[in-house]
Amino acid sequence: MEQSILTEIKNAAKKSLKARHNELADTHRQMDILNGDLFADGELPYFKDKIAQTGQFPLKPKKLEILQINVGYMCNQVCEHCHVDAGPDRKEIMTRETMEQCLEVIRNTGAHTLDLTGGAPEMNPDFRWFVEEASKAGIQDFIVRSNLTIILANKKYHDLPDFFKKHNVHVVSSMPHYTRNKTDKQRGDGVFDKSIQALQALNKVGYGMPDSDLRLDLVYNPSGAFLPGDQTALEHDFKKALKEDFDIDFHNLFAITNLPISRFLDYLLASDNYEDYMYSLVEAFNPSAVANVMCTNTISVSWDGWLYDCDFNQMLDLKVASKVKHIKDYNEEVLNDRNIVISQHCYGCTAGAGSSCQGTVA
Amino acid sequence: MANSYYDPADLRKFGNITEWSEELGKKFFDYYGKVFEEGALSAREKSLIALAVAHVVKCPYCIDAYTKDGLQRGITKEEMMEAVHAGAAIESGATLVHGVMMMNKYNKLSM
Ligand code: SF4
Ligand code: SF4
Repeated sequence: MEQSILTEIKNAAKKSLKARHNELADTHRQMDILNGDLFADGELPYFKDKIAQTGQFPLKPKKLEILQINVGYMCNQVCEHCHVDAGPDRKEIMTRETMEQCLEVIRNTGAHTLDLTGGAPEMNPDFRWFVEEASKAGIQDFIVRSNLTIILANKKYHDLPDFFKKHNVHVVSSMPHYTRNKTDKQRGDGVFDKSIQALQALNKVGYGMPDSDLRLDLVYNPSGAFLPGDQTALEHDFKKALKEDFDIDFHNLFAITNLPISRFLDYLLASDNYEDYMYSLVEAFNPSAVANVMCTNTISVSWDGWLYDCDFNQMLDLKVASKVKHIKDYNEEVLNDRNIVISQHCYGCTAGAGSSCQGTVA
Repeated sequence: MANSYYDPADLRKFGNITEWSEELGKKFFDYYGKVFEEGALSAREKSLIALAVAHVVKCPYCIDAYTKDGLQRGITKEEMMEAVHAGAAIESGATLVHGVMMMNKYNKLSM
Protein backbone atom coordinates (compact mmCIF):
# COMPACT_ATOMS: atom_id res chain seq x y z
CA MET A 1 0.00 0.00 0.00
CA GLU A 2 2.64 2.44 1.08
CA GLN A 3 4.66 1.43 -1.92
CA SER A 4 1.80 2.18 -4.29
CA ILE A 5 1.23 5.61 -2.78
CA LEU A 6 4.91 6.34 -3.27
CA THR A 7 4.62 5.19 -6.84
CA GLU A 8 1.67 7.46 -7.48
CA ILE A 9 3.51 10.43 -6.00
CA LYS A 10 6.61 9.74 -8.03
CA ASN A 11 4.62 9.42 -11.22
CA ALA A 12 2.59 12.53 -10.50
CA ALA A 13 5.80 14.46 -9.95
CA LYS A 14 6.79 13.75 -13.52
CA LYS A 15 5.74 16.39 -15.96
CA SER A 16 5.63 17.02 -19.68
CA LEU A 17 8.39 19.02 -21.36
CA LYS A 18 5.80 21.72 -21.82
CA ALA A 19 4.96 21.95 -18.12
CA ARG A 20 8.66 21.93 -17.27
CA HIS A 21 9.22 24.79 -19.75
CA ASN A 22 11.92 22.64 -21.34
CA GLU A 23 13.35 24.31 -24.45
CA LEU A 24 12.36 21.28 -26.53
CA ALA A 25 8.71 22.05 -25.88
CA ASP A 26 9.33 24.60 -28.64
CA THR A 27 9.14 22.65 -31.89
CA HIS A 28 11.43 25.17 -33.62
CA ARG A 29 14.16 24.17 -31.22
CA GLN A 30 13.61 20.52 -32.15
CA MET A 31 13.80 21.34 -35.84
CA ASP A 32 17.02 23.28 -35.26
CA ILE A 33 18.55 20.19 -33.70
CA LEU A 34 17.31 17.90 -36.48
CA ASN A 35 18.81 20.29 -39.05
CA GLY A 36 21.92 20.85 -36.94
CA ASP A 37 25.64 20.41 -37.52
CA LEU A 38 25.57 16.64 -37.86
CA PHE A 39 23.70 17.11 -41.13
CA ALA A 40 24.57 20.69 -42.05
CA ASP A 41 28.30 19.84 -42.01
CA GLY A 42 27.70 16.92 -44.32
CA GLU A 43 28.71 14.26 -41.80
CA LEU A 44 25.38 12.58 -42.42
CA PRO A 45 23.13 13.18 -45.46
CA TYR A 46 19.85 15.05 -45.17
CA PHE A 47 16.85 12.72 -45.48
CA LYS A 48 15.81 14.61 -48.58
CA ASP A 49 19.13 13.90 -50.30
CA LYS A 50 19.17 10.31 -49.15
CA ILE A 51 15.80 9.50 -50.72
CA ALA A 52 16.66 11.53 -53.80
CA GLN A 53 19.49 9.05 -54.48
CA THR A 54 16.89 6.37 -55.09
CA GLY A 55 14.56 8.70 -56.98
CA GLN A 56 12.06 8.85 -54.13
CA PHE A 57 12.02 12.61 -53.65
CA PRO A 58 9.57 14.31 -53.37
CA LEU A 59 7.73 11.82 -51.24
CA LYS A 60 4.12 11.54 -52.41
CA PRO A 61 1.08 9.86 -50.87
CA LYS A 62 -0.43 6.74 -52.39
CA LYS A 63 -4.04 5.79 -51.79
CA LEU A 64 -5.38 6.97 -48.42
CA GLU A 65 -6.00 3.98 -46.17
CA ILE A 66 -5.76 5.22 -42.60
CA LEU A 67 -7.33 8.20 -40.91
CA GLN A 68 -5.53 8.72 -37.62
CA ILE A 69 -7.19 11.08 -35.18
CA ASN A 70 -5.44 12.36 -32.09
CA VAL A 71 -8.20 13.25 -29.62
CA GLY A 72 -5.86 14.95 -27.17
CA TYR A 73 -2.50 15.03 -25.45
CA MET A 74 -3.81 14.33 -21.96
CA CYS A 75 -2.56 11.03 -20.55
CA ASN A 76 -2.48 9.26 -17.21
CA GLN A 77 1.16 8.34 -17.84
CA VAL A 78 4.28 10.38 -18.53
CA CYS A 79 6.46 7.90 -20.40
CA GLU A 80 10.05 8.93 -20.80
CA HIS A 81 10.15 8.26 -24.52
CA CYS A 82 6.76 9.78 -25.43
CA HIS A 83 6.82 11.54 -28.81
CA VAL A 84 3.56 13.32 -27.97
CA ASP A 85 4.93 14.86 -24.75
CA ALA A 86 1.67 13.65 -23.24
CA GLY A 87 0.79 13.69 -19.57
CA PRO A 88 -1.83 14.61 -16.97
CA ASP A 89 -0.80 18.25 -17.29
CA ARG A 90 -1.59 18.48 -21.01
CA LYS A 91 -4.97 20.11 -21.48
CA GLU A 92 -5.20 20.01 -25.28
CA ILE A 93 -8.19 17.79 -26.05
CA MET A 94 -10.53 17.59 -29.00
CA THR A 95 -13.87 19.33 -28.61
CA ARG A 96 -17.16 17.77 -29.66
CA GLU A 97 -17.40 20.34 -32.42
CA THR A 98 -14.14 19.14 -33.97
CA MET A 99 -15.28 15.54 -33.45
CA GLU A 100 -18.43 16.35 -35.45
CA GLN A 101 -16.20 17.58 -38.28
CA CYS A 102 -14.18 14.38 -38.06
CA LEU A 103 -17.33 12.25 -38.16
CA GLU A 104 -18.39 13.99 -41.33
CA VAL A 105 -15.06 12.96 -42.86
CA ILE A 106 -15.20 9.43 -41.43
CA ARG A 107 -18.61 8.88 -43.07
CA ASN A 108 -17.28 9.86 -46.50
CA THR A 109 -13.65 8.79 -46.53
CA GLY A 110 -12.16 6.17 -48.81
CA ALA A 111 -9.91 5.03 -45.93
CA HIS A 112 -10.57 1.56 -44.56
CA THR A 113 -9.01 2.16 -41.14
CA LEU A 114 -9.82 4.65 -38.42
CA ASP A 115 -7.13 4.96 -35.77
CA LEU A 116 -7.84 6.89 -32.56
CA THR A 117 -4.86 7.93 -30.54
CA GLY A 118 -3.67 10.41 -27.92
CA GLY A 119 -2.41 10.78 -25.07
CA ALA A 120 -4.89 8.42 -23.54
CA PRO A 121 -7.86 8.86 -25.88
CA GLU A 122 -10.18 7.49 -23.20
CA MET A 123 -9.54 10.61 -21.07
CA ASN A 124 -11.38 12.82 -23.53
CA PRO A 125 -14.83 13.33 -21.95
CA ASP A 126 -16.49 12.81 -25.35
CA PHE A 127 -14.47 9.71 -26.17
CA ARG A 128 -17.32 7.20 -25.75
CA TRP A 129 -19.76 9.31 -27.66
CA PHE A 130 -17.24 9.66 -30.46
CA VAL A 131 -16.55 5.92 -30.61
CA GLU A 132 -20.28 5.15 -30.69
CA GLU A 133 -20.89 7.59 -33.53
CA ALA A 134 -17.78 6.60 -35.49
CA SER A 135 -18.54 2.89 -35.24
CA LYS A 136 -21.83 3.55 -37.04
CA ALA A 137 -19.93 4.72 -40.11
CA GLY A 138 -19.12 1.10 -40.93
CA ILE A 139 -15.39 1.53 -41.25
CA GLN A 140 -13.63 -1.80 -41.76
CA ASP A 141 -10.97 -1.56 -39.06
CA PHE A 142 -11.55 0.69 -36.07
CA ILE A 143 -8.44 0.99 -33.89
CA VAL A 144 -8.15 2.57 -30.47
CA ARG A 145 -4.63 2.96 -29.10
CA SER A 146 -4.99 2.27 -25.41
CA ASN A 147 -2.08 2.43 -22.99
CA LEU A 148 -3.63 -0.37 -20.85
CA THR A 149 -3.04 1.24 -17.44
CA ILE A 150 -5.91 3.63 -18.12
CA ILE A 151 -8.32 0.70 -17.70
CA LEU A 152 -7.24 0.43 -14.06
CA ALA A 153 -6.58 4.12 -13.45
CA ASN A 154 -10.07 4.91 -12.24
CA LYS A 155 -13.33 3.03 -11.63
CA LYS A 156 -14.99 4.85 -14.49
CA TYR A 157 -12.61 3.12 -16.93
CA HIS A 158 -12.95 -0.42 -15.56
CA ASP A 159 -15.64 -1.35 -18.11
CA LEU A 160 -13.54 -0.25 -21.11
CA PRO A 161 -12.92 -3.86 -22.28
CA ASP A 162 -16.69 -4.38 -22.55
CA PHE A 163 -17.15 -1.01 -24.18
CA PHE A 164 -14.48 -1.81 -26.78
CA LYS A 165 -16.06 -5.19 -27.40
CA LYS A 166 -19.52 -3.70 -27.87
CA HIS A 167 -18.24 -1.47 -30.65
CA ASN A 168 -15.93 -4.08 -32.12
CA VAL A 169 -12.93 -1.86 -31.57
CA HIS A 170 -9.48 -3.18 -32.48
CA VAL A 171 -7.31 -2.54 -29.44
CA VAL A 172 -3.63 -1.69 -29.95
CA SER A 173 -1.63 -1.31 -26.75
CA SER A 174 1.93 -0.53 -25.79
CA MET A 175 4.08 -2.98 -23.90
CA PRO A 176 7.79 -2.13 -23.91
CA HIS A 177 8.91 -5.47 -22.54
CA TYR A 178 7.71 -8.70 -20.98
CA THR A 179 9.79 -8.07 -17.89
CA ARG A 180 8.81 -5.73 -15.09
CA ASN A 181 11.97 -3.69 -14.74
CA LYS A 182 12.29 -2.80 -18.41
CA THR A 183 8.65 -1.77 -18.65
CA ASP A 184 8.65 0.31 -15.50
CA LYS A 185 11.89 2.04 -16.42
CA GLN A 186 10.42 3.38 -19.63
CA ARG A 187 6.82 3.98 -18.59
CA GLY A 188 6.90 4.51 -14.82
CA ASP A 189 6.81 2.38 -11.68
CA GLY A 190 3.86 0.05 -11.41
CA VAL A 191 3.02 0.25 -15.11
CA PHE A 192 4.01 -3.36 -15.76
CA ASP A 193 1.69 -4.90 -13.16
CA LYS A 194 -1.21 -2.71 -14.24
CA SER A 195 -0.62 -3.52 -17.91
CA ILE A 196 -0.65 -7.23 -17.10
CA GLN A 197 -3.94 -6.88 -15.23
CA ALA A 198 -5.42 -4.87 -18.10
CA LEU A 199 -4.35 -7.47 -20.66
CA GLN A 200 -5.93 -10.19 -18.55
CA ALA A 201 -9.15 -8.16 -18.37
CA LEU A 202 -9.12 -7.80 -22.17
CA ASN A 203 -8.47 -11.54 -22.62
CA LYS A 204 -11.36 -12.25 -20.28
CA VAL A 205 -13.91 -10.59 -22.57
CA GLY A 206 -12.37 -12.37 -25.56
CA TYR A 207 -9.74 -9.90 -26.80
CA GLY A 208 -6.57 -11.40 -28.25
CA MET A 209 -7.65 -15.03 -27.99
CA PRO A 210 -6.27 -17.19 -30.81
CA ASP A 211 -9.54 -17.59 -32.74
CA SER A 212 -11.17 -14.37 -31.65
CA ASP A 213 -12.21 -11.59 -34.01
CA LEU A 214 -11.65 -9.14 -31.19
CA ARG A 215 -8.19 -7.96 -32.22
CA LEU A 216 -5.63 -7.17 -29.57
CA ASP A 217 -2.18 -6.16 -30.82
CA LEU A 218 0.77 -4.96 -28.83
CA VAL A 219 3.25 -2.25 -29.66
CA TYR A 220 6.85 -2.70 -28.67
CA ASN A 221 9.29 0.16 -28.77
CA PRO A 222 12.83 -0.02 -27.43
CA SER A 223 13.40 1.34 -23.94
CA GLY A 224 16.56 3.19 -24.81
CA ALA A 225 18.83 4.46 -27.55
CA PHE A 226 18.74 1.39 -29.76
CA LEU A 227 16.64 0.15 -32.65
CA PRO A 228 14.02 -2.58 -32.42
CA GLY A 229 15.16 -6.06 -33.37
CA ASP A 230 13.39 -8.42 -35.71
CA GLN A 231 9.62 -8.06 -35.25
CA THR A 232 8.84 -11.76 -35.70
CA ALA A 233 11.48 -12.88 -33.21
CA LEU A 234 10.30 -10.30 -30.67
CA GLU A 235 6.69 -11.36 -31.16
CA HIS A 236 7.71 -14.95 -30.51
CA ASP A 237 9.54 -14.00 -27.29
CA PHE A 238 6.68 -11.81 -26.06
CA LYS A 239 4.09 -14.48 -26.76
CA LYS A 240 6.06 -17.17 -25.01
CA ALA A 241 6.84 -15.08 -21.92
CA LEU A 242 3.39 -13.52 -21.50
CA LYS A 243 1.69 -16.89 -21.94
CA GLU A 244 4.00 -18.80 -19.59
CA ASP A 245 4.17 -16.16 -16.88
CA PHE A 246 0.70 -14.62 -16.98
CA ASP A 247 -1.47 -16.76 -19.29
CA ILE A 248 -1.93 -13.77 -21.61
CA ASP A 249 -2.81 -14.07 -25.30
CA PHE A 250 -2.54 -11.40 -27.98
CA HIS A 251 -2.49 -11.33 -31.76
CA ASN A 252 0.40 -9.40 -33.30
CA LEU A 253 3.34 -7.44 -32.03
CA PHE A 254 4.28 -4.23 -33.84
CA ALA A 255 7.91 -3.24 -33.38
CA ILE A 256 8.17 0.53 -33.61
CA THR A 257 11.32 2.64 -33.78
CA ASN A 258 11.52 5.64 -31.47
CA LEU A 259 11.77 8.79 -33.55
CA PRO A 260 14.23 11.43 -32.39
CA ILE A 261 11.65 14.02 -31.39
CA SER A 262 10.03 15.39 -28.24
CA ARG A 263 10.78 13.53 -25.00
CA PHE A 264 12.80 10.84 -26.75
CA LEU A 265 14.97 13.55 -28.29
CA ASP A 266 15.35 15.09 -24.85
CA TYR A 267 16.47 11.72 -23.53
CA LEU A 268 18.93 11.22 -26.41
CA LEU A 269 20.51 14.61 -25.81
CA ALA A 270 20.60 14.29 -22.02
CA SER A 271 22.19 10.82 -22.19
CA ASP A 272 24.68 11.87 -24.88
CA ASN A 273 23.26 9.33 -27.31
CA TYR A 274 21.88 11.68 -29.97
CA GLU A 275 24.74 11.46 -32.43
CA ASP A 276 25.16 7.69 -32.19
CA TYR A 277 21.43 7.21 -32.52
CA MET A 278 21.24 9.33 -35.67
CA TYR A 279 24.16 7.35 -37.09
CA SER A 280 22.35 4.08 -36.32
CA LEU A 281 19.22 5.33 -38.06
CA VAL A 282 21.08 6.55 -41.14
CA GLU A 283 23.22 3.40 -41.36
CA ALA A 284 20.10 1.24 -41.17
CA PHE A 285 18.40 3.28 -43.93
CA ASN A 286 16.43 0.91 -46.12
CA PRO A 287 15.29 2.38 -49.45
CA SER A 288 12.57 -0.24 -49.82
CA ALA A 289 10.96 0.98 -46.58
CA VAL A 290 10.60 4.47 -48.07
CA ALA A 291 7.87 3.39 -50.48
CA ASN A 292 5.67 2.27 -47.60
CA VAL A 293 6.28 4.79 -44.84
CA MET A 294 3.14 5.57 -42.93
CA CYS A 295 2.61 9.05 -44.38
CA THR A 296 2.10 7.48 -47.82
CA ASN A 297 -1.26 6.04 -46.74
CA THR A 298 -2.24 8.03 -43.65
CA ILE A 299 -3.61 11.42 -42.69
CA SER A 300 -3.17 12.55 -39.13
CA VAL A 301 -5.64 14.93 -37.48
CA SER A 302 -4.74 16.87 -34.35
CA TRP A 303 -7.00 17.63 -31.38
CA ASP A 304 -7.70 21.05 -32.86
CA GLY A 305 -8.48 19.74 -36.33
CA TRP A 306 -5.27 20.50 -38.24
CA LEU A 307 -4.02 17.98 -40.76
CA TYR A 308 -0.58 16.40 -40.86
CA ASP A 309 1.28 13.74 -42.83
CA CYS A 310 1.72 11.70 -39.67
CA ASP A 311 1.53 11.88 -35.89
CA PHE A 312 5.25 12.75 -35.72
CA ASN A 313 4.87 15.72 -38.03
CA GLN A 314 1.92 16.74 -35.89
CA MET A 315 4.17 16.84 -32.83
CA LEU A 316 6.73 18.89 -34.75
CA ASP A 317 3.98 21.24 -35.89
CA LEU A 318 4.68 20.52 -39.57
CA LYS A 319 1.25 20.86 -41.19
CA VAL A 320 0.43 19.29 -44.55
CA ALA A 321 1.75 21.11 -47.60
CA SER A 322 -1.67 21.43 -49.19
CA LYS A 323 -4.34 24.05 -49.75
CA VAL A 324 -6.46 21.93 -47.42
CA LYS A 325 -4.96 22.19 -43.98
CA HIS A 326 -7.89 21.75 -41.62
CA ILE A 327 -10.52 19.06 -41.13
CA LYS A 328 -13.30 21.59 -41.71
CA ASP A 329 -12.07 22.03 -45.30
CA TYR A 330 -11.25 18.33 -45.79
CA ASN A 331 -10.97 17.20 -49.38
CA GLU A 332 -9.34 13.85 -49.97
CA GLU A 333 -8.56 14.43 -53.61
CA VAL A 334 -6.84 17.76 -53.04
CA LEU A 335 -4.97 16.39 -50.03
CA ASN A 336 -3.72 13.35 -51.84
CA ASP A 337 -2.00 15.54 -54.37
CA ARG A 338 0.52 16.93 -51.91
CA ASN A 339 4.21 16.52 -51.23
CA ILE A 340 4.94 15.01 -47.85
CA VAL A 341 6.83 17.25 -45.42
CA ILE A 342 10.02 15.50 -44.38
CA SER A 343 13.03 16.10 -42.19
CA GLN A 344 15.76 14.11 -40.47
CA HIS A 345 13.34 12.50 -37.98
CA CYS A 346 12.00 10.54 -40.98
CA TYR A 347 15.07 8.30 -40.80
CA GLY A 348 13.23 6.67 -37.88
CA CYS A 349 10.61 5.35 -40.31
CA THR A 350 13.09 3.92 -42.81
CA ALA A 351 15.58 2.13 -40.57
CA GLY A 352 15.90 -1.62 -40.96
CA ALA A 353 12.55 -3.17 -41.69
CA GLY A 354 10.97 0.29 -41.44
CA SER A 355 8.57 1.48 -38.80
CA SER A 356 4.99 2.73 -38.69
CA CYS A 357 2.06 2.70 -36.29
CA GLN A 358 1.27 -0.73 -37.79
CA GLY A 359 4.80 -2.03 -37.22
CA THR A 360 7.38 -2.80 -39.88
CA VAL A 361 6.77 -1.77 -43.49
CA ALA A 362 9.51 -3.38 -45.58
CA MET B 1 46.19 10.36 -35.17
CA ALA B 2 43.86 10.52 -32.25
CA ASN B 3 45.56 10.64 -28.87
CA SER B 4 43.91 7.42 -27.79
CA TYR B 5 44.24 3.95 -29.31
CA TYR B 6 40.52 3.30 -29.22
CA ASP B 7 37.93 5.71 -30.60
CA PRO B 8 34.24 4.64 -30.36
CA ALA B 9 33.60 6.32 -33.73
CA ASP B 10 36.03 3.86 -35.37
CA LEU B 11 33.50 1.07 -34.93
CA ARG B 12 31.39 2.67 -37.65
CA LYS B 13 34.39 2.57 -39.95
CA PHE B 14 34.92 -1.18 -39.56
CA GLY B 15 33.65 -1.73 -43.10
CA ASN B 16 36.48 0.46 -44.41
CA ILE B 17 39.00 -2.38 -43.98
CA THR B 18 37.68 -3.63 -47.32
CA GLU B 19 39.16 -0.56 -49.04
CA TRP B 20 42.74 -1.79 -48.61
CA SER B 21 42.03 -5.40 -49.44
CA GLU B 22 38.77 -5.78 -51.19
CA GLU B 23 38.84 -9.51 -51.74
CA LEU B 24 39.76 -10.53 -48.21
CA GLY B 25 37.60 -7.85 -46.61
CA LYS B 26 34.59 -8.93 -48.60
CA LYS B 27 35.18 -12.59 -47.84
CA PHE B 28 35.42 -11.79 -44.16
CA PHE B 29 32.18 -9.78 -44.06
CA ASP B 30 30.31 -12.39 -46.06
CA TYR B 31 31.51 -15.05 -43.67
CA TYR B 32 30.69 -12.90 -40.65
CA GLY B 33 27.18 -12.21 -41.88
CA LYS B 34 26.57 -15.86 -42.61
CA VAL B 35 27.79 -17.00 -39.19
CA PHE B 36 25.23 -14.85 -37.40
CA GLU B 37 22.22 -15.93 -39.43
CA GLU B 38 19.57 -18.19 -37.91
CA GLY B 39 20.85 -21.74 -38.07
CA ALA B 40 20.95 -24.71 -35.76
CA LEU B 41 21.53 -22.00 -33.17
CA SER B 42 19.19 -19.03 -33.10
CA ALA B 43 20.53 -15.56 -33.92
CA ARG B 44 19.67 -14.68 -30.32
CA GLU B 45 21.86 -17.46 -28.92
CA LYS B 46 24.71 -16.47 -31.21
CA SER B 47 24.45 -12.89 -30.05
CA LEU B 48 24.99 -14.03 -26.44
CA ILE B 49 27.95 -16.20 -27.46
CA ALA B 50 29.44 -13.21 -29.29
CA LEU B 51 28.99 -11.08 -26.18
CA ALA B 52 30.76 -13.64 -24.01
CA VAL B 53 33.64 -13.97 -26.48
CA ALA B 54 33.84 -10.19 -26.81
CA HIS B 55 34.63 -10.05 -23.11
CA VAL B 56 37.11 -12.88 -23.22
CA VAL B 57 39.05 -11.25 -26.05
CA LYS B 58 38.44 -7.90 -24.35
CA CYS B 59 37.42 -6.09 -27.49
CA PRO B 60 35.71 -2.78 -26.63
CA TYR B 61 34.21 -2.52 -30.11
CA CYS B 62 32.62 -5.96 -29.84
CA ILE B 63 31.33 -5.27 -26.33
CA ASP B 64 29.76 -2.04 -27.60
CA ALA B 65 28.25 -3.78 -30.62
CA TYR B 66 26.92 -6.89 -28.90
CA THR B 67 25.48 -5.11 -25.88
CA LYS B 68 23.47 -3.01 -28.31
CA ASP B 69 22.62 -6.05 -30.41
CA GLY B 70 21.37 -7.84 -27.29
CA LEU B 71 19.18 -4.89 -26.32
CA GLN B 72 17.71 -4.83 -29.81
CA ARG B 73 16.86 -8.49 -29.53
CA GLY B 74 15.17 -7.98 -26.17
CA ILE B 75 17.87 -9.92 -24.33
CA THR B 76 17.76 -9.02 -20.63
CA LYS B 77 20.68 -7.76 -18.59
CA GLU B 78 20.53 -10.92 -16.46
CA GLU B 79 21.04 -13.04 -19.59
CA MET B 80 23.89 -10.79 -20.73
CA MET B 81 25.68 -10.98 -17.39
CA GLU B 82 25.31 -14.77 -17.27
CA ALA B 83 26.88 -14.99 -20.71
CA VAL B 84 29.80 -12.83 -19.52
CA HIS B 85 30.24 -15.14 -16.53
CA ALA B 86 30.22 -18.18 -18.80
CA GLY B 87 33.04 -16.59 -20.78
CA ALA B 88 34.90 -15.55 -17.63
CA ALA B 89 34.55 -19.03 -16.12
CA ILE B 90 36.07 -20.64 -19.18
CA GLU B 91 38.82 -18.07 -19.28
CA SER B 92 39.73 -18.50 -15.60
CA GLY B 93 39.30 -22.25 -15.92
CA ALA B 94 41.74 -22.20 -18.80
CA THR B 95 44.25 -20.42 -16.57
CA LEU B 96 43.67 -22.69 -13.61
CA VAL B 97 43.82 -25.94 -15.53
CA HIS B 98 47.42 -25.00 -16.32
CA GLY B 99 47.94 -25.33 -12.63
CA VAL B 100 48.14 -29.05 -13.27
CA MET B 101 51.11 -28.39 -15.54
CA MET B 102 52.76 -26.49 -12.74
CA MET B 103 52.01 -29.28 -10.29
CA ASN B 104 53.45 -31.89 -12.68
CA LYS B 105 56.61 -29.87 -13.18
CA TYR B 106 56.95 -29.21 -9.49
CA ASN B 107 56.58 -32.88 -8.66
CA LYS B 108 58.98 -33.92 -11.35
CA LEU B 109 61.68 -31.57 -10.14
CA SER B 110 61.23 -32.28 -6.47
CA MET B 111 62.73 -35.19 -4.59
S1 SF4 C 1 3.68 7.04 -24.70
FE1 SF4 C 1 1.46 6.80 -24.68
S2 SF4 C 1 0.97 6.18 -22.59
FE2 SF4 C 1 3.01 7.05 -22.56
S3 SF4 C 1 2.75 9.22 -22.05
FE3 SF4 C 1 2.80 9.05 -24.27
S4 SF4 C 1 0.67 8.88 -24.88
FE4 SF4 C 1 0.77 8.41 -22.70
S1 SF4 D 1 8.11 10.84 -39.87
FE1 SF4 D 1 6.12 11.07 -40.86
S2 SF4 D 1 6.59 12.21 -42.71
FE2 SF4 D 1 8.50 11.33 -42.03
S3 SF4 D 1 8.65 9.37 -43.09
FE3 SF4 D 1 7.73 8.99 -41.08
S4 SF4 D 1 5.56 9.00 -41.49
FE4 SF4 D 1 6.54 10.04 -43.22
